[in-house]
Amino acid sequence: MAAVSTRTRTAAPGRAGNGLLGDIGAVFLREMSLVLRDPFSVIFSLVQPLVFLALFGPLLAGSVDPAAIGGASPLQWFLPGVIVMICLFGTSTTGSNLLFEITVGSYERVLASPLHRSAILIGKALKELAPLVVQAALITLVSIPFGFRLYPVQVLVGLLILGVFGVGMGAFSNALAIASRKREWMFWGVQQSLLFPLLILSGMMLPLEAGPRWIQVVGRFNPLTYIVDAERALFAGSFSDPAIGWAALAAALTCATGLWVGVRQVARSTT
Amino acid sequence: MIHTELLTRHFVTKKEVVEAVKGVDIDIAAGELVAFLGPNGAGKSTTLRMLTTLLPPTSGSAWVAGASITTEPAVVRSRIGYIGQGDGAGHSFRVMDELVMQGRFYGMNSADALARAKELSRTLDLTALEKRRVSSLSGGQRRRLDIALGLMHSPGLLFLDEPSTGMDPHNRANLWDHINRLRERQETTIVLTTHYLEEADSYAERLLVIDHGVIIANDTAANLKATLAGDRISVTVDGAHSSAASAVLAQRGTELSTSAAIRTDHRLDPVQRDGQGPPPTPDDSADVTISGRFQHGTRALPVVLRELDHAGVAVRAADVRVPTLDDVFLSLTGRSLREEEVAAWRR
Repeated sequence: MAAVSTRTRTAAPGRAGNGLLGDIGAVFLREMSLVLRDPFSVIFSLVQPLVFLALFGPLLAGSVDPAAIGGASPLQWFLPGVIVMICLFGTSTTGSNLLFEITVGSYERVLASPLHRSAILIGKALKELAPLVVQAALITLVSIPFGFRLYPVQVLVGLLILGVFGVGMGAFSNALAIASRKREWMFWGVQQSLLFPLLILSGMMLPLEAGPRWIQVVGRFNPLTYIVDAERALFAGSFSDPAIGWAALAAALTCATGLWVGVRQVARSTT
Repeated sequence: MIHTELLTRHFVTKKEVVEAVKGVDIDIAAGELVAFLGPNGAGKSTTLRMLTTLLPPTSGSAWVAGASITTEPAVVRSRIGYIGQGDGAGHSFRVMDELVMQGRFYGMNSADALARAKELSRTLDLTALEKRRVSSLSGGQRRRLDIALGLMHSPGLLFLDEPSTGMDPHNRANLWDHINRLRERQETTIVLTTHYLEEADSYAERLLVIDHGVIIANDTAANLKATLAGDRISVTVDGAHSSAASAVLAQRGTELSTSAAIRTDHRLDPVQRDGQGPPPTPDDSADVTISGRFQHGTRALPVVLRELDHAGVAVRAADVRVPTLDDVFLSLTGRSLREEEVAAWRR
C-alpha cells in the first residue's frame, strides 16, 4: 500500500494571482468573446433602443403634459430613461446566462479555478454594460438631428453612475440565478415580478409627477428613481442637481449590496 | 499530496440531516493514481468536492497540495486541476477561446496560454475543432475538451469526478491513454471517482472503497481481491456423492456452499413454464454443485480433483472463478455494485 501518513508539502508556486483587476479582466474577456464572435447580437441590441425611442417617444410627446416633465423637450426627457432601461434589462437578465452555465457544468469549472469570487460577478456584469456604451452613443447621436442637445462630460458621468449601478444589478441577477439553480422557473418569475414595478415606479417611461401621490411616495423608496432623475439632469447638461449626489449614493449602495449578496451566494452555490 | 483528518460533510434536507461523508481520513502521496470506488450516493463526489474546495466541510480538515482547504482555498485552487461530471466548457463559447481563457483564469499570460492551448489541442485531437462552438461538439469531443481545460495550467494534482460516465468502452480506453501519457510525461498525482468496476480494476493503482460515507477498504485491487474475496472452485458431482465431495473440499477450502443443479429437462417443460405443474425438486440422482474459497485457485484445482478421485467421487464438471471487485464489494457490504453499474448505463 502506498499510503503515507505525513502531510506532503509541495514546492508548487503560491496563488498564481492575476490580482482582482486581472481576474475581472479575464472573466470580462471571456464573456466578451461571445459578443465579438457573434457581431449580429450587437446589431440587434442596437436596433432595440432605437425602436423604443422612435415608437414610444412620439406617443409620450402626444400624451404627456409638458409641465409634468419640467418643460423639457420630450426627447431630452425620454432618452436618458431609455438608456437606464437598456442598462436595467441587460444587467437584470445576465443571471440567465449563469443559470445556463450552472446547468451545463462549466460554472463549476470556473469555480474550481483561483478566480476571485467577486471578479466572476463583476466581469459578467461588465459584459452587459459594454454594449450599453455603444448603444447610448448611437441613440444619442441619432437624436441630435431631432433637437437633442449633447453634453459629453455630463453624459459620461451619467454612464459612470449607471455602470456602478449596473454592476450591482448584475450581481443581484447572478445571485438570483444561483438561488434558482434547482428550480429554473424561479429566476424568470422573480426577475419579471421585480423588474416592471422597479421600472414603472422610477418614472423611467412616464413621469411620476403625473401620477397619484402614493405612487410618488413609493417611487422615493426606489433607488432607480434617483438614478433616472440624475441621468435626466446630467443629459440636460446640469451638474448642480442634488439628484446626482443621491444617484451616486444609490448606485454605490446597490453595487455594494449586490456584490455582498452575490459573493455569499457564490460561496453557497455548490451545496 | 493529500491528507485529511475526520473530513465530514452533512446535508440538511427538509426533514433530516444526511451524513454524506462521515469523518474520512485519507492520505495520498505525490505521484499516486487513486480511485474512489463506490455506488452512487456513497459520498465519492462529495469527498472530491470538499478536496477541490467546491464544498466546505461540515467538520474536519484537509490539506491538499500543501494548503488547507478551509483556510487557504484560493491557494489550493491555484495548484489543482479539476474535471467535473458536467461539461467544463460553456456551450456558447468557442473551443479555442475557452482553452485560452482557462489559462488566463490561472494567471497565464496570453502568449503562454495560447501556446499551451495549441499544444493540448494537438495531444487531445481537438485541432480541427478549435473554431467550433462547444454546443456543436459530440459527447466524446466535449470530454476531450474538458480534459484539455483541466490540464491547461499543468497542475501537479488532478481530480476527475466520474470521468468516463456515459462513455462507450472505446472512448473510455482513449481517455485512459491520455491520462497514462500525462503521468508518464510529468509526475501528476491523479485522484478520481468511479463506479465502473473494470475501470477501477485495470487503471487505478490504489482503491479507496467508499460506502455510506465511510471508507471501508483501502488497498490495491489485487490485494483487495486476494484478501476479501479469494478464488472460488466449484465442482459438480452426482447427488449421491455430495457429502463425500464436501468433505474433500472442506480440507483445503473455506466458505463451502452446496447448490442442487436443477435438471434441465424440468426447466424446459412447457407445463412448468406456465407455472401449473409442480416446482422442480432436486433428488438424489440429480447433480450437485459444491463450491468453496481457495487460495491460488488455479493451482489448487488439480489437487482437489486428484483428492476427489481418490475418494471415489466422479466429478462431472469443475470451474475456478477468479474474483472481481464486485465480489470484494459484495463481501464488504453484502450488496453488488454491478447492479448500480447497470442502472447507471440505463440512465
